[in-house]
Amino acid sequence: MSRIKATFTNLRDQKKKALVTYLVVGDPDIKTTLDLMEVMVSKGADILELGISFSDPMAEGPTIQRAHERALENKTTLSDALDLVIQFRKKDSVTPIVFMGYMNPFEAMGAEDFCSRASKSGVDGILLVDMPPEESQDFTKATLANDLDLIRLIAPTTDENRIRKICSGSSGYIYYISLKGVTGARQFDVKEVESKVKSIKSITDIPVVIGFGIKDADSVISVKDLAEGIVVGSALVDLIAEGKNQISDKVSKKIEELSSALLRE
Amino acid sequence: MTKEKRILPDSNGKFGLYGGRYVAETLIPALEELDKQYQLIKLDKAFQQEVSKDLQTYVGRPSPLYFAKRWTKKLGGAKVFLKREDLNHTGAHKINNTVGQILLAKHMGKKRIIAETGAGQHGVATASVAARHGLPCVVYMGEEDINRQSLNVFRMKLLGAEVISVTSGTKTLKDAMNEAMRDWVTNVDDTYYIIGSVAGPHPYPEIVRDFNSVVGEEVITQSFEEFGKDPDVLVACVGGGSNAMGLFYPFINTKNIKLIGVEAGGLGLESGKHAAPLNDGKEGILHGMRTYLMQDEAGQIKETHSISAGLDYPGVGPEHAWLKDTGRAEYVVADDEEALEAFKELTLIEGIMPALETAHALAHVKKIAPSMKKDEVIVINVSGRGDKDINTVAKIEGINL
Repeated sequence: MSRIKATFTNLRDQKKKALVTYLVVGDPDIKTTLDLMEVMVSKGADILELGISFSDPMAEGPTIQRAHERALENKTTLSDALDLVIQFRKKDSVTPIVFMGYMNPFEAMGAEDFCSRASKSGVDGILLVDMPPEESQDFTKATLANDLDLIRLIAPTTDENRIRKICSGSSGYIYYISLKGVTGARQFDVKEVESKVKSIKSITDIPVVIGFGIKDADSVISVKDLAEGIVVGSALVDLIAEGKNQISDKVSKKIEELSSALLRE
Repeated sequence: MTKEKRILPDSNGKFGLYGGRYVAETLIPALEELDKQYQLIKLDKAFQQEVSKDLQTYVGRPSPLYFAKRWTKKLGGAKVFLKREDLNHTGAHKINNTVGQILLAKHMGKKRIIAETGAGQHGVATASVAARHGLPCVVYMGEEDINRQSLNVFRMKLLGAEVISVTSGTKTLKDAMNEAMRDWVTNVDDTYYIIGSVAGPHPYPEIVRDFNSVVGEEVITQSFEEFGKDPDVLVACVGGGSNAMGLFYPFINTKNIKLIGVEAGGLGLESGKHAAPLNDGKEGILHGMRTYLMQDEAGQIKETHSISAGLDYPGVGPEHAWLKDTGRAEYVVADDEEALEAFKELTLIEGIMPALETAHALAHVKKIAPSMKKDEVIVINVSGRGDKDINTVAKIEGINL
């Protein structure tokens, strides 16, 4: 069983929801990223999404754009991210790791080369923001051949036919984008999220996580019961940005806040 | 002859390998809807008449095909004709596209217009049509470009547009396009995004090409009137490639006519400081399309350089990528210095001051015309006028205006 599947199965058995946390590899440097990954897991993160920096992160709000820029200033590459996972796996063989990014850096390495290296390094899935099902033949083939999950996005604008199409080519989990906008954006409408997630769940058994605009205990509580998990990105990246020496403390407190909110009745 | 026209882009929005729709899921339905509406309306007689009336009375079409007699004599070879897009309202070919797209936007019931701009020509062309139709308009422009094109920034503001300075990435056209996409994804219900080049996700490369094709269509008729046959060679500068596609497209199936696109050589190909992805780039994905890109080994988009802001773009329209691979068109470079020299030469010898973008095409004609036969004809798309570049040229000359 894949790490992602095992994680959702365990959580379901314990009647718990998944806390998925995002940070950009190399922001502000690789060593900090490794430390933060360990801190996040120790405080309750269930799945780690590692952002792979790109010069033109079209779907990101200002917070995550700057994080990509900081990582690129350090010349962080996709290879560095794979090496980072090898380091992380020396101590943690359980927590799923998903690479989230834009197609071009992955294509530059090559779909098959990347997927085979990723699988050997201990990566569990990939989510390429600008790769709709119509353009994913190479990565579909390469992820299947290397036992990686291919995670896809569903948006508020996605209709039922398209939800079907997206789900049929997905594994691991579905990432539901709670609002029309970029990462770190405004508030979402809970009613709208609820009805859309319901329609996704009527179509697929793949776990659904909700992301975009979830930043604190209140926003966690407002959506946690609608799906199998939530994703928090910008709120954590903000702490890394203001960071200096207290990054680890701040992130640690934030994760505690979010994971205890997830456990609340 | 018209058969091939309808095949490309194919139903997936591809020109061979290139093009497509590489965007976040939120935008897919909007692009599908845009494609559907466009395919319907482009066949609609009333819509065609509306566009054509606007091109005539608002833009001032047809633009003349001008025989550059003194320049031809100086070059000593082929006859050189200039397609005078510089005479259009707002000073460049860009208005052909915005006139068409804003009618499409209105037809689709959109209430707000956004655009990206590099040199500011597309921004001005968009702000103008938005003013004319009474729609609010937001233009995204890189901070770097705002500094070097302050005249166009002020023009846009006078036209009632809000110009938003983009400070991410390289602070140029590519980043302005990222920011416009972010706006669109956020306001997708009521906003129409007028892309300014034959770039971006499908169906934009097709839409922008179609609205610019009026240039090539006119050249067909005017060639017969002026010199009684088809031209032998067509030359245009290529940044994103909309003026070149507009000129080339109606001639694509007339295989004996040579098509030459001229990219920005900047400080020279070997310097790496240029904006010539078709000459020195690699296939990749940016701004929703697969095309040739300036990128490093790790797949990060590289900073580009050109004397002309309008060519300063690391990608190129996917149809050009396809025309290059199939060999139907040839893509060459002219560097900053050659462009500047051609800019001055045309100004002095014909009394026509071209845009620095156009000057790249002129620079290439200086190289090929002398060795061609006297009865052969070159048509150059003079994509825009040089007024906007006066500050840039003065600065290079060390003159403080």
